[in-house]
Amino acid sequence: MKKELIELKVNGRMRELAVAPSKVLLEVLREDLQLTGSKRGCDDSSCGACTVLVDGTPMLSCTLLAASCQEQEITTVEGISEHGSLAAIQKAYGDRGGAQCGYCTPGFIITVKHLLSVNPNPSDEEIREALSGNLCRCTGYSQMYEAIKAAIEAEQRGLAAL
Amino acid sequence: MARNGKANGKGNAKLAAVWVGKKLKRKEDPRLIQGTSHYTDDLKLPRMLFCAFTRSPMAHAEIRAIRTDAARALPGVVGVFTAHDLTGLGMVPCAIQMPGLNLPPHPVLATERVRYVGEPVAAVVAENLYTARDAAEAIEVDYEPLPVVVNMEKALEKDSPVIHQQFRTNRAFTHALKNGDIQSAFKKADRVVKQRVINQRLAPVAMEPRAVLGEYLPGENRLTVWSATQIPHLLRTQISVMVGLPETAVRVIAPEVGGGFGSKLNVYAEEGLVPWLAMKLGRPIKWAETRRENITSTIHGRDTINDLELALKKDGRILGLRVRILADMGAYHQLLTPLIPQLTALMQAGCYKIPAIDIEIQGVFTNKMSTDAYRGAGRPEATYNIERIMDVAAHELGMDPVELRIKNFPQAKEFPFTTVTGLVYDSAKYQESIKRALRLSGYDSLRRRQKSGWKNGKYYGVGVSTYVEICAIGPSAATPAGGWESGTVRIEPTGKVTVLTGASPHGQGQETTFAQLIADELGIHPEDVNVVHGDTLAVPYGIGTFGSRATAVGGTAAYLATQKLKTKMARLAAHLLGAKPADISFGRGRLSGKGSKKSISFGELVMAAYTARNIPAGFEPGLEATHFFEPSNFTFPFGAHIASVEVDGETGEVKIDKYVAVDDCGNVINPMLVDGQIHGGIAQGMGQAMWEELIYNEEGQIVNGTMMDYALPKAHLLPEFTLDRTVTPTPVNPMGVKGVGEAGTIASTPCVVNAVCDALSVLGVKHIDMPLKPERVWRAMQQAQASAQLEPQPNDTPSSSRAKRGISVSEKAARSKA
Ligand code: FES
Ligand code: FES
Repeated sequence: MKKELIELKVNGRMRELAVAPSKVLLEVLREDLQLTGSKRGCDDSSCGACTVLVDGTPMLSCTLLAASCQEQEITTVEGISEHGSLAAIQKAYGDRGGAQCGYCTPGFIITVKHLLSVNPNPSDEEIREALSGNLCRCTGYSQMYEAIKAAIEAEQRGLAAL
Repeated sequence: MARNGKANGKGNAKLAAVWVGKKLKRKEDPRLIQGTSHYTDDLKLPRMLFCAFTRSPMAHAEIRAIRTDAARALPGVVGVFTAHDLTGLGMVPCAIQMPGLNLPPHPVLATERVRYVGEPVAAVVAENLYTARDAAEAIEVDYEPLPVVVNMEKALEKDSPVIHQQFRTNRAFTHALKNGDIQSAFKKADRVVKQRVINQRLAPVAMEPRAVLGEYLPGENRLTVWSATQIPHLLRTQISVMVGLPETAVRVIAPEVGGGFGSKLNVYAEEGLVPWLAMKLGRPIKWAETRRENITSTIHGRDTINDLELALKKDGRILGLRVRILADMGAYHQLLTPLIPQLTALMQAGCYKIPAIDIEIQGVFTNKMSTDAYRGAGRPEATYNIERIMDVAAHELGMDPVELRIKNFPQAKEFPFTTVTGLVYDSAKYQESIKRALRLSGYDSLRRRQKSGWKNGKYYGVGVSTYVEICAIGPSAATPAGGWESGTVRIEPTGKVTVLTGASPHGQGQETTFAQLIADELGIHPEDVNVVHGDTLAVPYGIGTFGSRATAVGGTAAYLATQKLKTKMARLAAHLLGAKPADISFGRGRLSGKGSKKSISFGELVMAAYTARNIPAGFEPGLEATHFFEPSNFTFPFGAHIASVEVDGETGEVKIDKYVAVDDCGNVINPMLVDGQIHGGIAQGMGQAMWEELIYNEEGQIVNGTMMDYALPKAHLLPEFTLDRTVTPTPVNPMGVKGVGEAGTIASTPCVVNAVCDALSVLGVKHIDMPLKPERVWRAMQQAQASAQLEPQPNDTPSSSRAKRGISVSEKAARSKA
């Protein structure tokens, strides 16, 4: 198959890539750019492990053609930290035991990062709703909630970058 | 842990715990939350090829022909392999030996027949993944369909198709466990309660699908296999046998592993074939499972039919239990398949005194993927059986289910307690857990709410399950491949500590908990302890992480290795300080002699052991010790869970509004991690109770074989969990830890089902099989109401009488018995 030249801005860096038109963003990130933080957990857009931000919106990169992201801004878990320090949600995950095997973690981190950017003070219900597209088999989600609440508090105290 | 500052046997004063018991942040997390960790499928080697499989779309068929020309012709295809090409590659292993076990050959690729949907038939290796998958699809297989059997009872009928003809039956084995006079128990009974319960088939669905990467370097004669496995060493042994290399030439690495739940406690066809192909083709080869493959061709859990009969006196005393189990093996035995239902038998008495027991199990072959260990492995089934029949009995006797349970508990002073199945439960206070759970859940008011709800057409239910489980697996005598674990502790010249453990984790957090443990022992900071696992070249032979054994067995091995080191360090310190070894005590970063002002820093002492210029006569330089810990018994964690639910009378929808778990896993090293294990376990057990069921249709096709269709617990479906714990240390290991990986799963399934059946008991619903989807619950309500109309019940049937008088609250009873 003929490859297409595309330009993506990934984690703040412009990347020029030759990709097959049928190649999904997840594979481009993982194979071509060696950004393996985003995970493949299903083959049918039902687990959220591959979630990345495309122009600020969380998208399932496993079902998104890379070629359709021409010149868009992609943020993966590798690019989520702020000014070289962990994002509040990353730090809170560590403090509260939000991750166990860690396989679902990148997808959740991106989802929550987005939630908190559009809704800095979500209700419990809004949090649960936001997480409902991501699956975790290890944690029962409890310590994730704790982490999210801690991150909200930290953000509000302006401690996000600690 | 006995951390009371008293001198231990060697005379070295014990340090007070600084790190053990703390919610220390996980050392694993920085790499996980930044996405910089590496799971098998994240690895990429130069010249790497990709593998894909052609799998059977038929549940049972003769293979007439396999045409691979079209696949071979695709550009980028490097090789196509069918069973005939695999000369020299061994079979898929099963570790279980038992008298009368029918153990069929299990080829890596199907030979003349396929026996389940998803069975691998051909393998393709290509320059990239897409070509490999296209080629696998281009392979044409002519199948001659054979009659299919997926139902265990039908599989045992005379005229059933036989899956392995050499046995002339689909019976894989029979296993009996009998003790006590069962005849007279049932004769003396005032009441015999019967129920059939089905433990449906589940898919483990670890979030990381399986993946295997093999690389062979002929010059070094070294085969390296990266695999998402829970058991790197056992896998190495099996791969060496399968591919025919000496074990010393095989290195298995379990890099970051994304959850297992038993599904990676196995040796799969792909784990033999991919490395073998890498040897054959002289290039690294990677295979990563699709989710569809994961559901069709990675082991399943549960799938048993259980006929239960409980004999009781009318005061609720249990006299005897009879259990008949049909256990679905699937088409082949994987590593531990026939063992799993035997664990059910062992744990069938639960936490009750049962004078007589009579269990018979038949393992049955069907045209399905193999079952094997899935979180809990046989114990959830045992607990579900006993906890369901206890509830059915309570309802039939008109007793409160809590009261019935307490009546049959052994008292704390009776431990170690020998069960009717021959186990020796180490330590427990069952009364204490239920007492706390009652209080935390507000049991009395839940019962009051239920009573008034029933009057107003609302169905509130309260479910209780009191469980005991078998952990720290286990004494080698009772395990198929060794039940010990290895631990090596090495203090490096700079004073940093390396711990090597055979208990290779996949999310449990041993890098943190073992560091806490060893840091306390040596008086150093956990940051200075680096726990290494999952590489057979670095770590002494070990068994792995499963059966809630990592801390209790693997942690103990590391702990005991540290004791050996401390004895050695004390000897050297005594030499350097002019004191007696017995008088040396370990402080934070210092060792000192008794009563003497002189002391030596940890760092200086370590350096002295390595420079070795001033050492006692006969002192071995260096500071490294290994211990292989063989436990004397299993451990038996326990607890009490209570769920409160509301069932919608119109739709059958179940809402879990409260969930309380009081667990006891002995001493706790890191409460945050223990809570995490319990949360995850409860969610998984709830998943079985409420949503999960892997369905094969009559043709042997999986109806819901994608993640979209297989209903895993999601964030918004789960209630909040209220946790509490009691601490009853085990005498089985010096740390007093029991294990916690499976407790939640074991307890929560019956707890939720008990709650729903309790809510509907007022309608005469006795039992509903899982998962409790609205339609099923609704049907049960309709049926119960219809039969109530057919034969009007006398007013004093147990359930209605209970409804009328409300439930006598048994918190008081619990308190007085405790
Ligand atoms: S991998 Fe994209 S949703 Fe599962
Ligand atoms: S932490 Fe393992 S799947 Fe979420």
